[in-house]
Amino acid sequence: MKNSSILIAHGAGGQLSHELIAELFLPFLENPVLSNLDDSALLTAPGTRLALTTDAYVVKPLFFPGGDIGRLSLCGTVNDLAMMGAAPLGIAASFILEEGFATEKLERILGSLKAAAEEAGTEVVAGDTKVVERGKADGLFITTSGVGAVPEGVDIQGRNAREGDAVILSGPVGDHEAGILLARGDFSLKGTVLSDCAPLNHLVDAMLGASKEIHVLRDPTRGGLATVLWEIANSSEVGLEVEEEAIQVRSEVMGVCDLLGFDPLYLANEGKLVAVVPEKHAEKVLSAMKSHPLGKSSVAIGRVVAGHPGRVHLKTRIGGHRLLEPLSGEQFPRIC
Amino acid sequence: MCLGIPGKITSITGDLAAVDFGGVSREVSLLLCPEVREGDYVLVHVGFAIQRLEEREALETLALFKEMERGWDEEDGDR
Amino acid sequence: MRKMETDETRIASLVKEIPELLDGGFRAMEVCGTHTVSIFRSGIRSLLPESVDLISGPGCPVCVTPVGEIDKAVNLAHRKDVVILTFGDLMRVPGSTSSLSLARAEGSDVRIITSPLDTLAIAQAEPGKKAVFFAVGFETTSPAIAASVREARAKGIENLFILSSLRLIPPALRALLSSKKLALDGFLLPGHVSVIIGAAPYSFLVREFAIGGVITGFEALDILEGVSMLLRQKKEARAAIEIQYRRAVKEGGNPRALGIMDEVFMPVDASWRGLGTIPDSGLALREEFRGMDAAQAFDIPYEEVDDPPGCRCGEVLQGLIRPPECPLFGTRCTPQYPVGPCMVSSEGSCAAFYRYGALR
Repeated sequence: MKNSSILIAHGAGGQLSHELIAELFLPFLENPVLSNLDDSALLTAPGTRLALTTDAYVVKPLFFPGGDIGRLSLCGTVNDLAMMGAAPLGIAASFILEEGFATEKLERILGSLKAAAEEAGTEVVAGDTKVVERGKADGLFITTSGVGAVPEGVDIQGRNAREGDAVILSGPVGDHEAGILLARGDFSLKGTVLSDCAPLNHLVDAMLGASKEIHVLRDPTRGGLATVLWEIANSSEVGLEVEEEAIQVRSEVMGVCDLLGFDPLYLANEGKLVAVVPEKHAEKVLSAMKSHPLGKSSVAIGRVVAGHPGRVHLKTRIGGHRLLEPLSGEQFPRIC
Repeated sequence: MCLGIPGKITSITGDLAAVDFGGVSREVSLLLCPEVREGDYVLVHVGFAIQRLEEREALETLALFKEMERGWDEEDGDR
Repeated sequence: MRKMETDETRIASLVKEIPELLDGGFRAMEVCGTHTVSIFRSGIRSLLPESVDLISGPGCPVCVTPVGEIDKAVNLAHRKDVVILTFGDLMRVPGSTSSLSLARAEGSDVRIITSPLDTLAIAQAEPGKKAVFFAVGFETTSPAIAASVREARAKGIENLFILSSLRLIPPALRALLSSKKLALDGFLLPGHVSVIIGAAPYSFLVREFAIGGVITGFEALDILEGVSMLLRQKKEARAAIEIQYRRAVKEGGNPRALGIMDEVFMPVDASWRGLGTIPDSGLALREEFRGMDAAQAFDIPYEEVDDPPGCRCGEVLQGLIRPPECPLFGTRCTPQYPVGPCMVSSEGSCAAFYRYGALR
């Protein structure tokens, strides 16, 4: 590890985050299951396969258009399970509360969490609370764990992409992070973008109903679409070719990006997924996605190729080509 | 150098204007371009209008915002 | 993604037309860092014939800021009673031992602003601190900074200081050409600098060096048109300063902005990373505003710092080598761990090459 202290950039989901894990965490904790670095761990219990995941939620502000930390924590955990094809069996949530936090706010958050759990068809089955002194927790932090059951015949992992597979994206990118930026009122911007925060497990069920043979699912959270595509290319040791034209971005999100000098391909999403599907099943899966409310704007954005393993090539709007790199540190607003 | 983004002035108060960029707005200083009016398009850099843009030209570049807005409204029935 | 080019057929016809205008090789310098990034991101390079060589110039304000000036800012950041205000572009630039981003991680008060007017509000909100605005940029940004300085003066704000690292483009172009190391067919001139200064300040390129330039916008269509216009100049054996970016650039620029800039700042000699000291190429606060000059208000040690061993940013900035020719490129120098500024700036040639390039 070249850094002697942790930087904000280590939490941005890009290459510094990967490095933190690879060079600091894995040396201590490494094992074959963990080292896959998928959204959930796949564990075998007699007669069944389980997915296990854990997450922490430190979002600011706690309440934002489209959701709050409660909804976010439930959906994020359910989605990590769903990205392995797993139906949630139960969620555990622990709450670190700051002294002085308004109970009314906590009630709203819990109400939101409950509503999200109902949407996902799951429950919070275990929990914990801790209170720390004023100033030590920024209001509220939530950490979660989730367990899910992977259906028979389903094998969805980051390393399963194969040459010829289609790459499908479930909708426009950048909504969540743009929404948060606007909700914070940072950088003098005014406007509203709704976070796309939503549980994706029913969408995934619909997709599996169309074809069990889905190779990879990933939700492009921190680090954005570009980072997730790069991760898939590297886990599977394949190349990806993606069309810029096919990737949709709302005009308000583009406005935020233009004004701050951000690239929407690196913004976090909380209700979108990328699917890598064998070509022969792509049409059916895409059709199933478009019939689901959370996948209405689904579109094929590219394919898996044998050439340039580990790299993602972007065909630009004007028909040129360039590399699509993962996020390196964090995006700072820029003027140039 | 530098990011200069076209936007439309929606209101003016003194030497500050509210400028719309495809649905997101920012307060922009008119100290370098005092002769503009509500409804004008301006090029904005670091929170300052640096040039008034001819409407036709500005509209070309903002055209897609309108296109996209229409598209999303139709599809956003569940929000 | 958003279609800025509403006329896709125009792009297609330019891509066809450009090879037809070529007669042998063609080499242009795109001065502006934002052009460097646009060119890479749009994938234009992969559509242009191999014989069209677009080289990046020193128009990346972060790239040309000497290490010693970063060190000055970091030095001030370490002081308990100082809040450093900066555009995001500067956060990760490595100084000799630290950066503003690292200083912030270690507890210094470093804040990112997106407008120079933000500095006034922050200074007013922190009466117990000295707010130092690390001002980096070219003529696009200087008038806005000048206007903010005047506002601060008018409002009687006494705890705002400017650490100026502002520079001017035309003197840098003159220095590049005077060195005679560069063979060019023309310049793609910076669109937004030109919104402020207009076309006249570039006329010396034609008069003294017989090299033309096209003031170009930043969309793919703009850049293709700019290249095409330069190719036509070469084909017709003429050199001229032309405006492609007509929707934003007027011949006379923005006279009001120029006036405000001139009221507050005066040209001074400045050191440019890779280019050395160029006369009258930087801006300093005039006498009347000297009270806001951080260089006067603080006793800040300044040391000339050599580039790290092996770093060839200087030659990249002068357009003499391409990033991959630097021995550190992609190995010891990457966007995550940049050695030189060409890699740390999001619009530095090396960062652009690394992030988007390598396909051409």
